[in-house]
Amino acid sequence: MGVEGIGARVVRKEDKRFITGKGRYVDDIKLLGMTHAHFIRSPHAHAKVKKIDSSAALKMPGVVAVLTGQEIVDDKVGNLICGWAITSKDGSPMKMGAWPAMAPETVRFVGQAVAVVIADTKNLARDASEAVVVDYEELPAVADVHAAIKAGAQQLHPEAPGNQVYDWVIGDEGAADAAFAKAANVVKLDVTNNRLAPNAMEPRAAIADYDAAEEHFTLYTTSQNPHVARLVLSAFYNIAPEHKLRVIAPDVGGGFGSKIFIYPEEMVALWASKKVGRPVKWTGDRTEAFLTDAHGRDHVTHAEMAFDANNKITGLKVKTYANFGAYMSLFSSSVPTYLYATLLSGQYNIPAIHAEVIGVYTNTTPVDAYRGAGRPEASYLIERLMETAARQLKVDPAALRRQNFITEFPHQTPVIMAYDVGDFNASLDAAMKAIDYAGFAARKAKAKTEGKLRGIGLSCYIEACGIAPSKAVGSLGAGVGLWESAEVRVNPVGTIEILTGSHSHGQGHETTFCQLVAERLGIPISQVSIVHGDTDKVQFGMGTYGSRSAAVGLTAILKAMEKMESKAKKIAAHALEASEGDIVIENGEFKVAGTDKAIALPMVALAAYTAHNLPDGMEPGLKESAFYDPTNFTFPAGAYICELEVDAGTGKTTFVNFVAADDFGRLINPMIVEGQVHGGLAQGIGQALLEHAIYDTNGQPVTASFMDYSMPRADDLPSFNLSHTTTLCPGNPLGIKGCGEAGAIGASAAVINAITDAIGKNNLEMPATPDRVWRTIHAA
Amino acid sequence: MYQTTYHRASSVDEAASLFAKGTEAKFLAGGQTLLPVMKQRLASPSDVIDLGKIKELQGVELSGDVLTIKAGTTYFDIMQNADVKKAIPAIAYLTSVLGDPAVRYRGTIGGSIANNDPAADYPAALLALGATVKTNKRSISAEDFFQGLFTTALEDGEIITAVSFPVPAKAGYAKMRHPASRFALTAVFVAQTKSGEIRVAATGASQSGVMRVPAIEAALKANWSPAAIDGVSVSASNLLADIHGTAEYRANLVKVMAQRAVTAAG
Repeated sequence: MGVEGIGARVVRKEDKRFITGKGRYVDDIKLLGMTHAHFIRSPHAHAKVKKIDSSAALKMPGVVAVLTGQEIVDDKVGNLICGWAITSKDGSPMKMGAWPAMAPETVRFVGQAVAVVIADTKNLARDASEAVVVDYEELPAVADVHAAIKAGAQQLHPEAPGNQVYDWVIGDEGAADAAFAKAANVVKLDVTNNRLAPNAMEPRAAIADYDAAEEHFTLYTTSQNPHVARLVLSAFYNIAPEHKLRVIAPDVGGGFGSKIFIYPEEMVALWASKKVGRPVKWTGDRTEAFLTDAHGRDHVTHAEMAFDANNKITGLKVKTYANFGAYMSLFSSSVPTYLYATLLSGQYNIPAIHAEVIGVYTNTTPVDAYRGAGRPEASYLIERLMETAARQLKVDPAALRRQNFITEFPHQTPVIMAYDVGDFNASLDAAMKAIDYAGFAARKAKAKTEGKLRGIGLSCYIEACGIAPSKAVGSLGAGVGLWESAEVRVNPVGTIEILTGSHSHGQGHETTFCQLVAERLGIPISQVSIVHGDTDKVQFGMGTYGSRSAAVGLTAILKAMEKMESKAKKIAAHALEASEGDIVIENGEFKVAGTDKAIALPMVALAAYTAHNLPDGMEPGLKESAFYDPTNFTFPAGAYICELEVDAGTGKTTFVNFVAADDFGRLINPMIVEGQVHGGLAQGIGQALLEHAIYDTNGQPVTASFMDYSMPRADDLPSFNLSHTTTLCPGNPLGIKGCGEAGAIGASAAVINAITDAIGKNNLEMPATPDRVWRTIHAA
Repeated sequence: MYQTTYHRASSVDEAASLFAKGTEAKFLAGGQTLLPVMKQRLASPSDVIDLGKIKELQGVELSGDVLTIKAGTTYFDIMQNADVKKAIPAIAYLTSVLGDPAVRYRGTIGGSIANNDPAADYPAALLALGATVKTNKRSISAEDFFQGLFTTALEDGEIITAVSFPVPAKAGYAKMRHPASRFALTAVFVAQTKSGEIRVAATGASQSGVMRVPAIEAALKANWSPAAIDGVSVSASNLLADIHGTAEYRANLVKVMAQRAVTAAG
């Protein structure tokens, strides 16, 4: 309804402040008497902390305190938790090593904090930190999964023998073995899913402010889910009871998952603020971001796929080693299990699947959810396998996929997921048409005459978003429910505030959520504002990750809107002396259908608040809230095709075309959806070609700055050719699936499939750097 | 960043005398290396002497067969300069693929060569074109000026004032960008002087900084064409190796970039 309703390409309301430099981020906030924290971090990947001598630092100007790991343990601040319990195949619970907010005895990755200096300014804190002498006794380090699982490897945690967190399985091993025993062909593939550093534009930051008179804390922090932060800080870290802790996540400059988690720095800032009696601010720098923001991916996988004589897939076996880094981050355990292995059926009918995932500790930065979280790893594996199979079976890769597509819905896979709806042929058709797949052979031949190696690569991804039915995730070990809440407040003058538990850190909720209100009431979005990111304003919320804000958060708003509209209709009917059932809402007015009798929304709102003439027994006011618990995951899916050329002389890849045909269900704002896809594709292509967080064999990071870690730049990327095919999600009333992660999930396989097609060699790991591609081309 | 004292010099002489007074002074040109290093607390100069506002260090002159670029001229101004484009278009091209727009607006030719990063672009141009570095004390040939990683012939307190390039008959530059830093993963500058000398310099390749490549020079002397380089063997020993490129890859790039530079030179 209206020009600003659902489906309209409305310009983002929030961009005025962002593009004019008026955003208000944590670091922009200054409190009276505020001190500054600088963390002293381990330069070693693995060491005993023998002694910390802060006597010289304490005498330096402006130094308020030097606090150590032993003190935070002595004060009974809780160890960091992992909120999803995974059970190994032998029935044992996952094996967690203790993770104190600052290390009292042992450091297990470069960058782990051992102490913090609190001073009047940031620079003084940093000066003083150089005067703190930490005596370490170095221990051998294990830097990757291969080193960690070796017999006799250095052990990280006494709780986890063999550096193993869990050995988890899913699917039916017997059925899979039977399929392989009868297979006409078996396709095998070893792949590494490279470790990535998330690199949100805004580094993490926190300000903690303790009010001794009220025994109350306020925490300003860079969080994607401030209520979850408050819950965890309160229930597990013993900071304060929930009603004595307010968490505010103001403007947040990107998260990509890395700002879901509650990190040691927030805990230390809160604890230190009470200790020193002044507000404490910490703003991480880029180096700290590389060292301490939870990394993503880092899988080593062997997979085998069985085919019958007609090229139908009959079985899949997967064994994955997942590197968790030195500690189990907040949701890390779920990423390579329930967010990864449950998507291993891809878009295909696979009757038997068995997957084993071994979680491993290493002396590296902890690994957790990063844009896509498990689904990129699954999608990359399956789509590399399908391309490998097409080459081995000598069939067209599109035809092989079509032959195995799931075409009937709902479809129960052998790995938990029940796909509700989709049309995989439609998205593949759209992508093939957009890239002129039929004309590729001629283009490749022409490129060859010009000395260029041209390739084409497909990726037909599916993912699971809108996490998730609380009962279902609870039965799988999740420590929280994954519903969302919303409140609609109609003010006495008819303007509207939407309070949401979702959190916008780039997604554009301040625009898209208003579009739902505009759609339903026919009012301009300028009359609606979105309130989020403050535990004192919004009652509760589970936050934004997993592409859940539209499918879950917006549905909660819809539920609250329906309640509000129902009451408003009663008020309007009473004022218009009409029957409630005859009232319709159009262009901001409540009308008696088929008549010219109407009352405008502001008059309905005013009537609600003056309460001079309400229906008998009705409470005054016009404010409703709702909690919405999803009925299923949603399943965005699509087809990406990449066409590129490889320069044989340098190994450098140049894009010719990149098409993305996505099925996200209903689109609220196609412009914002396109922006989300662009960003996701950039990160997927970044993983395929550029990005890799690397450690040397001693656990020293070698990519801890932008001089070494290759972030994709605009000129590394092609212009994207986007389109949408739509099947509406039956699981929520708006038919929404989610679009925030698709690009990052689907893109990397398309790129690698295209490069391996171009160079005629199938074995190529990510990132496909020019050096690596050149060596692959010229390898014997 | 540690505490430091900032000075803005208005002339080369004033800059030199300010330097002499400081205990551990540093000259600041475009600040594209010094400032990040100071922010990381890896450098702690007592005094920072800003050369950026010195008028005599700004500008480009073309006089006969010599193109002179004053040391404080920014990459952006070099890239846009009509004399540069006319006399040695390869320098304009080199500048256009150096860093990113923010770097090009601030960085200067003098700052680049004084720092002598082993993967910087300009040292290759100076060495291949047989340029002369002018300082407030003397003139130094490019050959003598670059002395290894981050090392130059500059004495303490000596200020580069300009670089003079003999206008070549032909010149070309080809660069494989380092994917993260945008320095040269390996880049090659080829030049044919008006007297017929062939000079080829590679940057980003050698462990000892910018280097001439005699084998390629000999091949091009015999036959100025990309194909002439096909049979040349470039050794990987003593070449840089890191996560972005093995020594063997860089050896290959020396050849491939040289071929492309010859094509670009025409």
